Amino acid sequence: MNVPEDLLYTESHEWVRREGDQIRVGITDHAQAELTDVVYVELPKTGASYEARGTIAVVESVKAASDIYAPAKGTVTEANKALESNPALINTDPYGEGWIFVLKIDDPSALAGLKDAAAYKTAIG
Amino acid sequence: MSAAASKTTPLYDQHLKLGAKIIPFGGWLMPVQYSSIMEEHLAVRNAVGMFDISHMGELVASGPRAGEWLNTMLTNNVAKLEVGTGQYTFLLNDEAGIIDDLILYRIEDEKFLLVVNASRIEDDFEWLRAHLPGSATPATAEVRLENQSDRYAGLAVQGPKIGELFAALFGEGKELPARNQIAQFDLGGTKLWIARTGYTGEDGIELFFPAADAAPVWNQILENGKSLGIRPCGLGARDTLRLEMCYPLNGSDLSPEHHPLEAGLGFFVDLTKPQFTGREKLLREKRAGLSRRLVPFRMKGKSPPPRPHYKVFRDGEAAGELTSGTLSPSLNYGIGMAYLTTPAPKPGEEIEIEIRGQKFPAVIEKKPLYKKP
Repeated sequence: MNVPEDLLYTESHEWVRREGDQIRVGITDHAQAELTDVVYVELPKTGASYEARGTIAVVESVKAASDIYAPAKGTVTEANKALESNPALINTDPYGEGWIFVLKIDDPSALAGLKDAAAYKTAIG
Repeated sequence: MSAAASKTTPLYDQHLKLGAKIIPFGGWLMPVQYSSIMEEHLAVRNAVGMFDISHMGELVASGPRAGEWLNTMLTNNVAKLEVGTGQYTFLLNDEAGIIDDLILYRIEDEKFLLVVNASRIEDDFEWLRAHLPGSATPATAEVRLENQSDRYAGLAVQGPKIGELFAALFGEGKELPARNQIAQFDLGGTKLWIARTGYTGEDGIELFFPAADAAPVWNQILENGKSLGIRPCGLGARDTLRLEMCYPLNGSDLSPEHHPLEAGLGFFVDLTKPQFTGREKLLREKRAGLSRRLVPFRMKGKSPPPRPHYKVFRDGEAAGELTSGTLSPSLNYGIGMAYLTTPAPKPGEEIEIEIRGQKFPAVIEKKPLYKKP
């Protein structure tokens, strides 16, 4: 399972890439493999604010709908509109074209609680 | 996981070997998918796919009066069932509530195979046993009923390439049974009942044979189907395939709260028979006019996939909930079924489905939702 070294990870299988005072977020390779066949993504609205661990998006496979959580408190600055017409990008390129949203975070220290690649690898066995 | 959900079929190890994702279903641990529900679904529509249906139950009723007795227990007309033929039918309670939907095969003149839903095996068996003709009337006490579910493995092999696969397995000389027919075959020493039936809307067969031979038969079919693009398929694809055809799923679309007429399955109920359990209630319902109907629908625009229990709205008013719903892999839009009451729902009626607090437009359709191009 692909777990890039330069990303941070949540317990709920989101990956987090720091980009200045913003974070780009998607779901991990492990998560997309578990979900399989992503057929619909409900994106957050640009400008909307979310609490840490609040439901911010929904990723749906044929079989189930899975909530995606905000890794930290912040405001959405971008959502990946490409997923509206091609939700399978989450399966084919989870760390690249399959990103879901960008969040401007209020407090960068809130990311301290996230896992690094080694810890995430251990968590998913 | 509860102990109730811990039964495994004789193919469980094969599923694990193939990397299946396992879920509890009707008291069994079953593969929901191997690699991808979409790919498995399309393999059945375009080539051929194989499902483990060993969890399903096999009851055998035999004896000189077996047919006569079954005709009073089931809704379809057993008298019209010739040897070597199957019919879809219902087992109803006294109030015409659906205990189970099943296929009844007449495998010999005085011997019948009932293939029933996994979660209903014990209920069906107990219900039937309790209603066996009693010894008080010796003339009819000639029915033997056995639950042979644990002795049988079952496979469904479905898809347009079934003819080629069948020829590869049995040689060019052997012919597929005709639609709804069942016959016995030999595969490497294993005696198989093979029926031209299925739950996908594609041409295909269902095989019932001794559980001990499950793995070799499974692997022989996979091997012979390799060049045809065969895929092992899980319950996920089984559900999307059947819903595109509007075939009901017991426990979701059918239950003791519903009768076959309101489920739109009156074709499999012979009300002209003089007597069968539930008949009086069905006649009353029919005379009064059905108060609700199970109807298929499709989503009109882009929407999240509809799912069971989502709410339905008619003219802005809450009107029930979905009994089934999914994204259709063949059609690439959301589809589902729901019971609607008055006014009588008609194809073309616009409805709304509530998904996470937002209403999405949908339209009532005719059966089936998917037609082969």
